[in-house]
This record gives sequence, C-alpha cells and structure tokens, in this order.
Amino acid sequence: MKIGVITFPGSLDDRDAARAVRAVGAEAVALWHGDSDLRGVEAVILPGGFSYGDYLRCGAISRFAPVMSSVIEKAKSGLPVLGICNGFQVLCESHLLPGALTRNHALHFLCSDQRLKIENNSTAWTSEYEIGEEIVIPLKNGEGSFQCDDSTLARLEGEGLVVARYVGENPNGSRNVIAGITNERGNIVGLMPHPEHAIDSLTGPSADGLGFFTSILSRMVSK
Amino acid sequence: MAKIVVDVMLKPEILDPQGQAVGAALPRLGFTFATSVRQGKRFEIEIEGEPTPAILAEISQAAETLLANPVIENFSVRVEK
Repeated sequence: MKIGVITFPGSLDDRDAARAVRAVGAEAVALWHGDSDLRGVEAVILPGGFSYGDYLRCGAISRFAPVMSSVIEKAKSGLPVLGICNGFQVLCESHLLPGALTRNHALHFLCSDQRLKIENNSTAWTSEYEIGEEIVIPLKNGEGSFQCDDSTLARLEGEGLVVARYVGENPNGSRNVIAGITNERGNIVGLMPHPEHAIDSLTGPSADGLGFFTSILSRMVSK
Repeated sequence: MAKIVVDVMLKPEILDPQGQAVGAALPRLGFTFATSVRQGKRFEIEIEGEPTPAILAEISQAAETLLANPVIENFSVRVEK
C-alpha cells in the first residue's frame, strides 16, 4: 500500500503526513515537486505549509510544478488525492476542486483545535467516519476562507460535495462554514484543518484525524 | 522596450478583508473621504521591442493562467506610456 506525500519547497507538514500514513500501516513514499514520476503510488497527499513562500497566491506556483502535471492527469482518472491546508489551496489553483481559499476574514493567522462535522462519508478519504460525526483536529492557516460564486456554492450543497464544516463560530469567513470539499467522483478531497496532526492523543488534541488515513487504506485493501 | 502593466483585483463579490482593514485605518488618521477601499496587485512587465497585439494577447493569456486566479479575480492589461 503506497501513499505518496509531495514535498514542495516550503512544505511543512509532509513529515507528519508521512507519519500518519505509516501509523495506519501503509508505506509513505516521498515525492519531490520537481520530479513528475509518481513512483507507483496508489494515492497522493499534498501536505500543508507555505509552498513557494505563498508567493503570488497560496498554491499558485506549486500548481505548475512538474509533479503536479502527473497528479492532475491521474486525479482526473480517479487517483485518490488529499490536499490538506496548503494542499487544498493547490487543488483549487489546479482547478481539481472548485472555488479558492482567501485571507481569513479577521486577517489573523489561526492556530487552534477546531471542531468539525463530517458531512460526506462516501469519499475515498472519509469512509471510516459517520455522517454527522464531530471531530476535533488542529486548524492553522492565514488564508483559509473558502470562497466561490453562488452557482458553485449551490452545486456543492446540492450534490453533497461538502465533506466537512466548522462547528461553532465561523473561524475564517468561509462560505457556508465550509472546511472541506470533494469532487463528484469523491477521489479528490481538500480540507483546511489538519488530520495528520491528530493521530494520537500524545502529540495532538485527539486521534480523530486517523479516519482520513484508515479510510484510504481500507479503500485500497478492498480493491 | 515597452512596459506592460497588469492590474489584478478581487472580483467585487469576493470579500476583501485587507482592503477593509485599510479602509478602517484611514478615518483613524483623519482621512474621511473613503466610502470603500479594495486592494489589488499590479505587475509591471518589461519586454523587448514593441507591444504588438500578439504579445499583448500572450500576456493576457499569462495573466489568466498565472498572474490572476479567474475564480476570484479580474485583471486588465495595458501598455504604460
């Protein structure tokens, strides 16, 4: 079971993502932004951080990295891809997911344990959760406000493509308090908060984030 | 040599918290003229030779691909005199 974790210049959370992959018994394969070879992985994680210094717009330059050409092509034919935080921004800039992430409405960088509600458990990355299940995982970003036009928002809501929503006060001004979304096929998921930082109670607020990694593993095993 | 300016602005319907923060700071300094402030980006691109329609079209394409995110931003391209 090989799951690739991409490292861009400025990625921060690639090691924690790889650790989470290993924690569920899969093999974490390091993928380099400048190398278009995906090394035979069966799923890919785009980790959090500040790739290319967040220059221009978050994720805007990473989107054109050689590795992303391969990820975009394979994701369109069903490769499971999880983008966390900066990875979510890269997925939106790549147009693999609709919308965009903009500056938090209060302009503060947020870093806190955040309660979320899972609303879609038919994606490749959320099958081990119950619909309506609440989880607590870290949220840390400066540009996490999910924005899109009205028709896109209506489509996301109408087709059940919202994967997770913030519970309680809207932390960053995201439309409809959206924390994560998926595509029609359910293989691509973008999430602002960080499940890879919540895989055991020793180092995170909970082990609630593990479900993203056990979900992809059970999908790969059952295939 | 010519200079081409690409201005990139958030679409009107997209929240601009940076512009709002600037707009809120102005009256604190005694500047009371503004009813709204929105903040954008300006790119200055220098090219060899004349800005032909073909080059301007290419710059527009670059703006749409990289300089602006058409999901949330509008852009304009002009030649600086």
